[in-house]
Amino acid sequence: MGPSTGGDTAASRVNGDGTSPDDPAPVDATNWPHVIRRALIAAALSASVVVVLAFPIVSHLAKPGQSGALALETRWGLVAGLAAAAAVFSALSQLLSGHRRAVAVRTPTTAASSDVSTFRETIGKVAPWIGLVALLLYPPFVVATTGWAGAIKWVDNFGVQILIYVMLAWGLNIVVGLAGLLDLGFIAFAAVGAYSYTLISIHVLPSVAPGLVPFAFWICLPFAAVLASFAGILLAFPVLRLRGDYLAIVTLAFGEMIRLVLVNWNSLTNGYAGLNAPRITFFGLPFASRTGETTFAEVFGLDLSPTVLRAIFLYYVILALALFTAWVTIRLRRMPIGRAWEALREDEIACRALGLNTVTIKLSAFAIGAAFAGMAGAFFATRQGFINPKSFEFMESATVLAIVVLGGMGSLTGCAIAAMVMIGGTELLRELDWLKLIFGRDFDPTQYRMLLLGLALVVLMIWRPRGLVTSRDPSIALKRRKAVSATLVKEGAG
Amino acid sequence: MMDPHMLEDMDPPMALLPPEPMIRSSAALLDVDHLVMRFGGLTAVDGLSFSARRDEITALIGPNGAGKTTVFNCITGFYRPSGGAIRLNGGRSGSDVYELHHLEDYQITSRAGVARTFQNIRLFTGMTVLENLMVAQHRRLSREAGPFAIAGVLGGVFGGAAYLKSEREGVERAVAWLDRIGLTHRADDPAGDLPYGDQRRLEIARAMLTEPVLLCLDEPAAGLNPRESAELSDLLRTIRDDLATAILLIEHDMSVVMDISDHVVVLDYGRRISDGPPTFVRNDPNVIKAYLGVEHDELDDAPATGSANVSSGRA
Repeated sequence: MGPSTGGDTAASRVNGDGTSPDDPAPVDATNWPHVIRRALIAAALSASVVVVLAFPIVSHLAKPGQSGALALETRWGLVAGLAAAAAVFSALSQLLSGHRRAVAVRTPTTAASSDVSTFRETIGKVAPWIGLVALLLYPPFVVATTGWAGAIKWVDNFGVQILIYVMLAWGLNIVVGLAGLLDLGFIAFAAVGAYSYTLISIHVLPSVAPGLVPFAFWICLPFAAVLASFAGILLAFPVLRLRGDYLAIVTLAFGEMIRLVLVNWNSLTNGYAGLNAPRITFFGLPFASRTGETTFAEVFGLDLSPTVLRAIFLYYVILALALFTAWVTIRLRRMPIGRAWEALREDEIACRALGLNTVTIKLSAFAIGAAFAGMAGAFFATRQGFINPKSFEFMESATVLAIVVLGGMGSLTGCAIAAMVMIGGTELLRELDWLKLIFGRDFDPTQYRMLLLGLALVVLMIWRPRGLVTSRDPSIALKRRKAVSATLVKEGAG
Repeated sequence: MMDPHMLEDMDPPMALLPPEPMIRSSAALLDVDHLVMRFGGLTAVDGLSFSARRDEITALIGPNGAGKTTVFNCITGFYRPSGGAIRLNGGRSGSDVYELHHLEDYQITSRAGVARTFQNIRLFTGMTVLENLMVAQHRRLSREAGPFAIAGVLGGVFGGAAYLKSEREGVERAVAWLDRIGLTHRADDPAGDLPYGDQRRLEIARAMLTEPVLLCLDEPAAGLNPRESAELSDLLRTIRDDLATAILLIEHDMSVVMDISDHVVVLDYGRRISDGPPTFVRNDPNVIKAYLGVEHDELDDAPATGSANVSSGRA
């Protein structure tokens, strides 16, 4: 965007382009003068809002002057550019929506809807399997295209990072997506898992069974799951009678409590200084060894950096754990307990009238969701090799919740795609160096990373208010499985 | 709000309860004994006693605000009564006596075997018709699958096969009910997509799949057209005769009440003002007065013969 164009001129230029020439329909019901007028008004409004908002913050920059005192630098060009961008955006969206409304009135689109729905069903059935194959082939593909050096970045920073969030989201999906219980402190269970793994493998295992130390991760994984699900039950008891906003607040507080305990229990957790978690081994074979044990690379005769090998192994471990989560969720949805979760989301009073004990149903949702978070947490610890409470702040809970909400309808595929968008997107936004070409060398694009991500999320939620997946897949069918439209599915009241 | 005791004060004969009904309690399934329900200063149910028999359809009627739904909510555990007792003699297991006023709402369905429907239909709208009926069988399906069910289904080893078998039987039971209410062709549609009358029947089928001994229906004919009401009457008779389940219903549609009830209890201001077979209640001066708000002799005995629509009542 050029820094000089005024808001209204930019908007009117766009109107001139978008008005009629490229519209093929001979009978156009769109009332163009009306739509254009509305678009112009919207453009002027949003441009002036931007100018008002930008006035002191963007337009004036305090810089140290030559004499050392602060000097004000005005940046009216930047303000004008922002206003122009806002004007163009709102004018375009007005034009589009006005036109679309007219088109929708003209042609009711019922004719081909059944074909479309069967097509969508086929896609829905095939897509997860294609995704699975792609995930399995991802590390070799990365190695083949970017070489061993690129593997660290693409397999570890992207693959493993995204899959950790996929697993966390699939765990939270049981609580939020299926049972409809809003949980704002979910990352606390991952913290319990991570610290369980680290503490058991540091303190307990060497004294109880020193021979098993190389297998620490595999031994501690079930303990991490069990302890995290205990924490889940611990949380569930006080919140059983709460619904909606009140439930959300208590879960938020619970998450903070766990974090603060980790921060302050210095003798056990070492506070912010954190703990070194043992690295993962290839079923007992270490990837790197300081004490001279045989390493994985030596046994298999590979002349490669241990970091790369470990990253690829970690990728397959978290893939297996995430798939286990998905598989359990899919099986449980067919069980009475899974159907009870969804019934609870739909109508708690009706559940009780049918003799369902909503207490045990809520407890089981919290416990099972937390168990998966605990496993993901243990994996996180062994991947990082170091944990401290900074990794389990509210922002993480919010991210996981955003993934589940963005995924929509308790859908596993939705969560996976949303995790790719959210986490992959944040990582990709690190590579914004090209923006320097536009804004000059002083511009630091990484600072705008979160802003852009937030913007993208807002746009996504306007486009898909109930998440990326817009229909619910029934758990059982007599003849033919038909997707349930989002308008009928409840979000749960707590 | 009117003082509940005002009518009594104004009108001594009101206090004299109809002499006939008290002998029937021997075969009673449900005994409501001096039930009291207060909300703050308001006494919604004031020492109400009545009983419902095992092989009968019992109707609970009364003008708007008489306390019918409150009684219902006490019986089904959604309210805890302020006083009195509600007993179910011989629930599922036969000889036990369940004190419903001590049980949690879900236990009243799962242990004692009292199922209910709601005045404003409460289906799981985002789940399919079949799923709604499967959720209703939760207790039975989880029990049949056994304690190893989750592990078994997860591992696909032991318990897995047993669960799949019990699920298949559950589907068969659900389909039997769908055939009965004529909704088999909609089994895979979301429950929220059904027309109103179908949703009413589905809610009854869902309640019946909890295998109750007593089915409580809160205004099942509300919003139905005459043909649907007739179908509903047939369905309720089937439930009573073929499935040996007692029915307690609140209903404003007097044609339905007089058509199918074996026994009618009339409530006004939280008290019982009449109790007996439909023919008795229809001619009871207390009932006519409660509904029309006038003395019996002022009427040209029109309500005695005209069965329907005395329900408009007083404001």
